[in-house]
Amino acid sequence: MNIIQKTGLGLFLIGFLVWIATLTMGKFTLTDQVLKDNLKPNHYEQLRPSLAPMLNKTYATPFGFNDDLANTIDQVNRGYKIQNQMDKAINDSYAFALTKAASHGIIREANVPLFWASIGLAIVGALINILAGLRKLPGIKNDHIYHNSTTSRGWLGIIIGTFLIVFYVIIYFFPQYIANWTFLVDPLSRALSGTPASQWFLYGTLYTLAILVMGIRMLIKYRHNRYQQVRTVSVMFFQLSFAFIIAEILIALSLPYYDFKNMWPLDYDFFFEWHLDSLTSSGRLGMFMLVWGIALFTIGVPLFTYLYGKRWYCSWVCGCGGLAETLGDPYRQLSDKSLKAWQVERYMVHGVLVFVVVMTALVLYTYFTGQSNIGPISSYSVRSIYGFWIGALFSGVVGVGFYPLMGNRVWCRYGCPLAAYIGIVQRFKSRFRITTNGGQCISCGNCSTYCEMGIDVRWYAQRGQDVVRASCVGCGICSAVCPRGVLNLENAAPGSRVLIAPEVLTGNDMLRENHKARMTDTQN
Amino acid sequence: MKHIVIVGNGISGITAARHIRKHSDHRITVISGETDYFFSRTALMYIYMGHMKYEHTKPYEDYFWEKNRIELKKAWVNHIDFEQKRLLLDGDASLTYDVLILAVGSEPNRFGWPGQDLEGVQGLYSYQDLEKLEVYTKGIRRGVIVGGGLIGVEMAEMLLSRGIEVTLLVREQSYWNHVLPAEESALVSRHIQAHHVDLRPGTELAEIRPDSSGKRVGSIVTNKGESIECQFVCLAVGVHPRVEWMAETPLETDRGILVNEYFETNLPDVYAIGDCAQHRQPPAGRKAIEQIWYTGRIMGETLARTICGTRTPYTPGIFFNSAKFFDIEYQTYGEVAVPLPADTETFFWEHSNGRTALRINHKSDAGAVVGFNAMGLRLRHEVCERWIKEERSIRYAMEHLRDIHFDPEFFRRHEEEIVQTYNSTHPEHVVVPRKKNSFLSRLFS
Ligand SMILES: Cc1cc2nc3c(=O)[nH]c(=O)nc-3n(C[C@H](O)[C@H](O)[C@H](O)COP(=O)(O)OP(=O)(O)OC[C@H]3O[C@@H](n4cnc5c(N)ncnc54)[C@H](O)[C@@H]3O)c2cc1C
Ligand code: SF4
Ligand code: SF4
Repeated sequence: MNIIQKTGLGLFLIGFLVWIATLTMGKFTLTDQVLKDNLKPNHYEQLRPSLAPMLNKTYATPFGFNDDLANTIDQVNRGYKIQNQMDKAINDSYAFALTKAASHGIIREANVPLFWASIGLAIVGALINILAGLRKLPGIKNDHIYHNSTTSRGWLGIIIGTFLIVFYVIIYFFPQYIANWTFLVDPLSRALSGTPASQWFLYGTLYTLAILVMGIRMLIKYRHNRYQQVRTVSVMFFQLSFAFIIAEILIALSLPYYDFKNMWPLDYDFFFEWHLDSLTSSGRLGMFMLVWGIALFTIGVPLFTYLYGKRWYCSWVCGCGGLAETLGDPYRQLSDKSLKAWQVERYMVHGVLVFVVVMTALVLYTYFTGQSNIGPISSYSVRSIYGFWIGALFSGVVGVGFYPLMGNRVWCRYGCPLAAYIGIVQRFKSRFRITTNGGQCISCGNCSTYCEMGIDVRWYAQRGQDVVRASCVGCGICSAVCPRGVLNLENAAPGSRVLIAPEVLTGNDMLRENHKARMTDTQN
Repeated sequence: MKHIVIVGNGISGITAARHIRKHSDHRITVISGETDYFFSRTALMYIYMGHMKYEHTKPYEDYFWEKNRIELKKAWVNHIDFEQKRLLLDGDASLTYDVLILAVGSEPNRFGWPGQDLEGVQGLYSYQDLEKLEVYTKGIRRGVIVGGGLIGVEMAEMLLSRGIEVTLLVREQSYWNHVLPAEESALVSRHIQAHHVDLRPGTELAEIRPDSSGKRVGSIVTNKGESIECQFVCLAVGVHPRVEWMAETPLETDRGILVNEYFETNLPDVYAIGDCAQHRQPPAGRKAIEQIWYTGRIMGETLARTICGTRTPYTPGIFFNSAKFFDIEYQTYGEVAVPLPADTETFFWEHSNGRTALRINHKSDAGAVVGFNAMGLRLRHEVCERWIKEERSIRYAMEHLRDIHFDPEFFRRHEEEIVQTYNSTHPEHVVVPRKKNSFLSRLFS
């Protein structure tokens, strides 16, 4: 690392520490007004007396505050249970809203300067560090990836992974503890949607920033490779516009939140009643959203996947893919390439696909018949199981938290039902393949090592067989890192894909003979 | 069922083993003293630079060998008793064979320079060399690389990745100019220098001198009398077949193990392939000893046929090779001889960026293309090979340049500029390149 890179990293770390420190800034005081503003009127009546001891008491941390709050609500609910008045029980989650509303002090008053001192500084530092890469001559620069503990599952990697996991657990399950962070992005949220920032707005902002900043890193790292550049600009664009700005503007216009590039079954709650209801009650635009959402996966997926392969979505458009290809790029080499991993992957990812289809069928059954149960199975419990295990734990906590441990596509590879679906189309009906160039492979292993989907690309390349795999997201990195120019992502007539290795590789004039191969030299 | 013993688990020995298994049920044993498993020697540089770990360079997962009943044995063979068909291994073990394949590879050349046995002086060939390299280059300031070939450049890139300054001594007046025509050689030289390598053309090593300890290298002296302080010297002046250890046996060797076109040595049931084989009668246009990955593989494939009952002569196709000089990929197909033969003409195009170039050599009379050199461009192997075999003319090549292109999508295409260059130098027959097929017609192709 040169001095500029070190400076950048230093600024980033300072910004990061300030950001963590903002969690301790400010105090929490519950007032009557806060309760009135944030509770449903009936809940206000129910809770007000029990919460009285908390009122106007100032807490130094969100922990003490939330302990008391949770205990109080618990007590109230227990009371109802004893009195057999379970219908009165309060199941709404007020923790985040009350914590945020109760917070005051420097974090609320100085949120803009604090934003710049934390997130802003971290961005500037990261960009300085990244721009220093321009000093190197363009070309593949993977030096020291396996010497660096961040990128080789060393202690730094484990720390980063732990941080990401904790971050996701908090965002999903305990947002009240990071209410302070949402103040930092409040001005942005108000500017876009006119509403104060929720934890999801905070998450969306950080997500988009990560894709943009690390996208710039990709653009510089691959400035000799236009495929990588175009693809990276594409994911940056789709995240910034479709997933972030447009979605927020819709909220400002009191229209349903909608990410026009997301689709079922990745967007697993697309067919949930509340979502269908919100679309069908939003006029023409709502109807358009409904039709668009259905057309995307019924027509868009087969058509575009036939023409260009899975990559049109997974490494050009998708938000999960976008994060994986930018923030996750430094970790791509950590994917497991073993045959075992491939077997596990196939069971898991197709299992999730079956799960989401069954769940959606149940949900639609409930929607149309009004019955929540088929036999003993309740469509509500199935959807909450899916939402918790797959929607939150798998795609978020594991999917991103495990970047530094298992590579950047853990979710896409083992869990994403949409990837499973597109993959089936790519495998059986697509013009896409990765061509291997005659006999030029030297079996060096760069391609396999840097394949984020854990495809053993070399296994195909060294036997002159095209890479045709359901999981390949067409990131093109295998082709970029190959030092001998062996791999090329191409579209052509589906029948021209070389699915069986040639008996004799190009470059050898030995006569072909059609021996029946006795070898188990095959992976599938 | 015979017991086939292969000495050497490099690309040639392993390819032979895999293909013998494909075609037969013979018992197969592969012995090597270097590593337990086959790994890609060509990737040694990437291990040193931290792009990969040793595990990543193994082309097959470890379960593969047992599954395919290829027995692996890690041991050095010290002596071969060809009469008894017996190998003597380390620690007095021995092993008998019915058929023996020698695929023992090469070892780096050392030309008897004074001081060449000092600590910190080495070549780069084996896994053990890599381990030594780790030790000797730790924390040093400058390394001198002797030899302007492919390994020399790889070594320069490796040392630079660790922040070590590099002096590269090249005997020739320009980098690798006995293989690369002047323009390509200049292009690569410029690129090497752009990476801040102290490139010294026309300079040879005269002597290596120790440091104050008397044991480790401290400096070198060039044939021009110049002294260069350094803590490490890499000798990258080529390799030679690893055959000395078999000198006292009836096996006939010259520089390498002498073989005919079926890889048969002078002894019954003994074959030699890969780097260590020396063809008594090399195929037309080929060298007697070919020290490249691809030919090792082709030899392994071919010999497997013979051993499994279909006697098959060595017929490598159109020559091809590739390398990478820092960031510039190089591919070559067919014959691009230096100097240019009298009956051959050459067409050369270089991009104004100075990093991208294409050369097509063709016969003077009918214009049949005979060879391609590409720098910073990827060409399609299959098409280059076909054009050379079918003796397509340079005109045809210019018209169909699109077909040899193998660069990734969205890369800037150079066909038009290349054809323009051709047209401006050959105004007597102007070429109009074939149009790209329309999107729709490609869609339904
Ligand atoms: C750093 C480097 C980079 C290269 N890059 C390229 C490239 O990009 N392209 C290219 O075409 N070529 C390249 N080459 C050359 C290519 O790697 C060799 O031509 C090829 O590996 C030779 O294969 P082989 O099977 O003949 O021998 P080897 O790979 O040398 O295998 C022989 C094996 O036999 C073992 N052995 C020898 N003697 C004994 C014994 N007595 N007992 C037990 N075991 C023994 C050796 O230890 C070794 O493991 C490169 C070589 C090096 C060193
Ligand atoms: S095979 Fe290549 S293009 Fe496909 S996912 Fe792996 S690295 Fe990306
Ligand atoms: S990176 Fe290229 S040369 Fe290396 S194993 Fe993969 S295809 Fe072969």
